[in-house]
Amino acid sequence: MSWVNAVVQGILLGGLYALFACGLSLMFGVMKVVNLAHGDFAVLAAYLALVIVSGFEVPILWSVLLVAPLFGLVGYVVQRFIIQRSLDVSPLTTLLVTFGLSIVIQNALLEAASANSESLQSGILASGSFQVAGLHVGYLSVLIFVTATAVIVGLQLFLSRTSLGRQLRAASDDQETASSVGVNVRHVFGVAAGIAFGTVALAGVAFGMYSSFDPAAGPQRLIFAFEAVVIGGMGSLWGTLLGGIVLGLAQVLGSQIDPGFGVLAGHIVFLAVLAFRPSGLIPQVAQAAQ
Amino acid sequence: MRYGQLQALTDVTLSVAAGEAVAIIGANGAGKSTLLRTIAGLHRPAAGKIQLDGREITALPAHERVRAGVVQVPEGRRLFPSLTLEENLQIGATRGRAGEWNLSRVYELFPWMPARRHMTTVFLSGGEQQSVAIGRALMANPRILLLDELSLGLAPAVVQRLYALLPDLLESGLGVLLVEQDVTQALRISGHAHCLLEGRITLSGRPADLAPADVEAAYFGFERRGRRG
Repeated sequence: MSWVNAVVQGILLGGLYALFACGLSLMFGVMKVVNLAHGDFAVLAAYLALVIVSGFEVPILWSVLLVAPLFGLVGYVVQRFIIQRSLDVSPLTTLLVTFGLSIVIQNALLEAASANSESLQSGILASGSFQVAGLHVGYLSVLIFVTATAVIVGLQLFLSRTSLGRQLRAASDDQETASSVGVNVRHVFGVAAGIAFGTVALAGVAFGMYSSFDPAAGPQRLIFAFEAVVIGGMGSLWGTLLGGIVLGLAQVLGSQIDPGFGVLAGHIVFLAVLAFRPSGLIPQVAQAAQ
Repeated sequence: MRYGQLQALTDVTLSVAAGEAVAIIGANGAGKSTLLRTIAGLHRPAAGKIQLDGREITALPAHERVRAGVVQVPEGRRLFPSLTLEENLQIGATRGRAGEWNLSRVYELFPWMPARRHMTTVFLSGGEQQSVAIGRALMANPRILLLDELSLGLAPAVVQRLYALLPDLLESGLGVLLVEQDVTQALRISGHAHCLLEGRITLSGRPADLAPADVEAAYFGFERRGRRG
């Protein structure tokens, strides 16, 4: 494995992390909610895709068409009826509540499935690759990277160009004033969570095709999403894309040095950013959409 | 257009007719802003009623009151920093009513705006920010406009210019309820004034009928006088 190849693979892996992290980034950027169940919802999405694929014998990519909108709905409901209530109490309560959700999901999955690890078989997509300038590039990782970029560009356009996106930014700036000029803050927060959960579903299925998962896999993955968000800058979607890529690069280049060093290299870069540039590479919260 | 029996403070009863400006004057902490915020739907009154055209709106959340026609220009402008000037105006129309006010009408009223419409409002002067806040409220085509301390932190000349907009707005049938610390300014432009002291109305009447000494007494609470007007 050459260094050039490692860089390409690292960037592509970064796409997966960015896709996974953008929901977390959106919920933090708009609602200031840190969703500790983020990883578990992603694993839940992967299980759901597994059930759909084996139950209806449809290709894996088709299952996404069902899982993502369904998760959008789940996100809206979870935000309005669970997270919003805890937000009304205090920001710290949302940590406890989402932590509780995380445990509930893990145990429910353990009960419904089993502790065995599963994976989503996507056939040629996972194993196939094409060659560019002597490098082997997998279809799946390119598809995930393109999806991640499209999702983040789409989200940015949604936030900056649409009326709903404008309402989201206003509600994020100042909830009280937003409601006094006619924004239904609880509704738009629900919509933001719905979008975030839709991206979580995409990322969960992508993760499931990339590597195996089990009911307890959520929290480990959440760390990668956190790292991508913090490296990029809290609440900035472009930052999250960049953060994901930096994390992916660090991990792949790290394992190029030593196969066991990969994940640790990612953590080291994360710690270095926290220590020397705590607001992230693209620091901005309020101007997330500009 | 009428507000009756608003007892969120204590026995505050007032009404605003279409095309009329009503001023609430009073010292700091008299409850002026609380009154406006209650009417805007940001505080729930413990008792009392708020009515618009005979329809009770006491239970409506703030964003629904905008649709009903009650729109506030909040104290301290409260523009959205992550929105551009134009977006700050557009957001006012989110749940607005249909009517004559739209972007081009607001730009007509404030001709300096179009050139800076894609800029953030953070670097605008206080008077310019206040103009955006007024424009944002007008975009909703309100029936009644709640102006909270329009003069706060602004130069007298700027305040004069902002209040000079009022007669035309009233002419179009808009009702205006304004809270103001600048008593002279408030009395000059309003058709009816109420003086609030410690959450109670201590003096009401048409500005022309109010003797300066009475206003002073009601404002500072030197001596209690009977209600007039």
